[in-house]
Amino acid sequence: MKIFRNLLNSVKPHFEEGGKLQKLYPAYDAFETFLFVPDHTTKFGSHIRDAIDLKRSMMTVIIALLPALFFGMWNIGNIYYGAIGEEAEFFTKFSYGAIKMLPLILVSYIVGLTVEFAFAIYRGHQVNEGYLVTGLLIPMIMPISIPLWMLAVSVIFAVVIGKEVFGGTGMNILNPALTARAFAFFAYPAHLSGDKIWISEQQTMPDGISGSTPLADYASGDLVYESSMFIDYFNGSMIGSCSETSTFAILIGAAMLIITGIGSWRTILSVFVGGYFMGYLFNLWGANEFMNLPPHVHLVLGGFAFGAVFMATDPVTASSTNKGKIIVGFLIGIFAVLIRVFNPAYPEGMMLAILLMNVFAPLVDHYIIEANIKRRLKRAKA
Amino acid sequence: MSEKKEALFSKKNLKLIKDPLDDNNPITVQVLGICSALAITVQLKPAVVMALSTFFVMCTANVVVSLMRNMIPSRIRIIIQLVVIATLVILVDQTLKAFVYDVSKELSVFVGLIITNCIIMGRLEAFALANTPWKSFMDGLGNSLGYALPLIVVAFFRELLGAGTLFGYPVLERLGLYELGYENNGMMILPPMALVTCGVYIWIQRMRNKKLVEEN
Repeated sequence: MKIFRNLLNSVKPHFEEGGKLQKLYPAYDAFETFLFVPDHTTKFGSHIRDAIDLKRSMMTVIIALLPALFFGMWNIGNIYYGAIGEEAEFFTKFSYGAIKMLPLILVSYIVGLTVEFAFAIYRGHQVNEGYLVTGLLIPMIMPISIPLWMLAVSVIFAVVIGKEVFGGTGMNILNPALTARAFAFFAYPAHLSGDKIWISEQQTMPDGISGSTPLADYASGDLVYESSMFIDYFNGSMIGSCSETSTFAILIGAAMLIITGIGSWRTILSVFVGGYFMGYLFNLWGANEFMNLPPHVHLVLGGFAFGAVFMATDPVTASSTNKGKIIVGFLIGIFAVLIRVFNPAYPEGMMLAILLMNVFAPLVDHYIIEANIKRRLKRAKA
Repeated sequence: MSEKKEALFSKKNLKLIKDPLDDNNPITVQVLGICSALAITVQLKPAVVMALSTFFVMCTANVVVSLMRNMIPSRIRIIIQLVVIATLVILVDQTLKAFVYDVSKELSVFVGLIITNCIIMGRLEAFALANTPWKSFMDGLGNSLGYALPLIVVAFFRELLGAGTLFGYPVLERLGLYELGYENNGMMILPPMALVTCGVYIWIQRMRNKKLVEEN
């Protein structure tokens, strides 16, 4: 680490005021604060600073994402070798998936960070830390067979239209990672849903291998639920986007987020409760086979758990009052299951549900704050 | 007359054309006529036809109302303006139906809705009622060009990226992009992207033209 420090110190004068590369200061600042805890001191007002800055808290989220990521890598290999009918060792599967997954992650980071740096230098503000997490989330919620240029286009759209036009990290209305997925979903539907995309290199395989996700199968009525399937769904050895399948791995991440206080337990819990509640209502109605799916199964299928833990908790786009978190989370759960069951065109409702509630979160906050003000006024008068 | 006669293309008159193109664009600055701009920009051809129709209606209505401006009682001026516009729009609609039926079908209700296009009513109210016919004509010309410009730019990108064609001609296919693995962006055809493309247009315009940026 000392080498880095010395290196940074030696180039620092070039970037400071009056230096040759003054314009590139945001880029320098990004590297310095990424590697070291910044030594900035406050200039006005409060002088107490928490040691944990935005970059540290983002790193916590990345660490929490790792179990799901590693499981996803193994799962890609597992599905691939299962599809070609070969037995394989644990590490063969894992390395196969890792090799398939790495280009996606690299493209996402390189493209996204290039856009971020360009905007930071052009506008002269700090490079936003938000992309550290977004850049990992995006490949994790895409199907493994998505062409890399489509991923790049989606990333550019998400960073520019989803974030920078609103003023960068902390100002965005919609979750950038989900914006990227929604863009890809509507722009290139053939690559984001259907049964041809979830297994890598399916094009080169012999015919007869179907690869639709369990959710799509339930929606089309091809699959009938049996209670023995639950444990598979929970572990995540099923077909789906790169890293969203394993509820178990995601819950490990959720525990980390809750213990460190980065993710809100209110949001996570209320999303699950909302989904369960809606699934239960559909059970009572029971008009078709899909409605009869036991409510707890909804919670482990598709991207429900992943969305609840890593997307709905995004501190920027979620509600910022405690009551609001519960209300918004509950509605996300309800809408996700509602869209799944009622609209066969969108087998995965989680993405749309979270984006929808992102838009409404400020409204919910507004009314909660207003109500609070009114209550206190009343108390003051009495 | 003591007043000196103004030249037909004096600076003041040319400004009537230039202003609506950038500084006072009806779509991107005044944000009028947005509905039609979003609805008919999926392809270039309907966008161009729409721009031409609006051009005809706006210029003629401006001149007609300007000629009548001293006779119109101010209490019923809106009704009279509407009658003028409606007559012209019906003329356009019937002409389109007679000569370019397929385009007229594509535009469907939006030709009729030129009547409610706020840009036209706005120009009549704000300009033609108080100015001479020639000036009103210049104003109509400028504003219809100002309406056409963003319309055609947005339609150009939406058709090119969404369908890979321009005026129905398969440009991208001829360039051989599809063999490289390129695919059309289905989102560009959907209405939300019209809004986003319009937004990007406004963004670029305001980056170039600092006058438009409000201070805060």
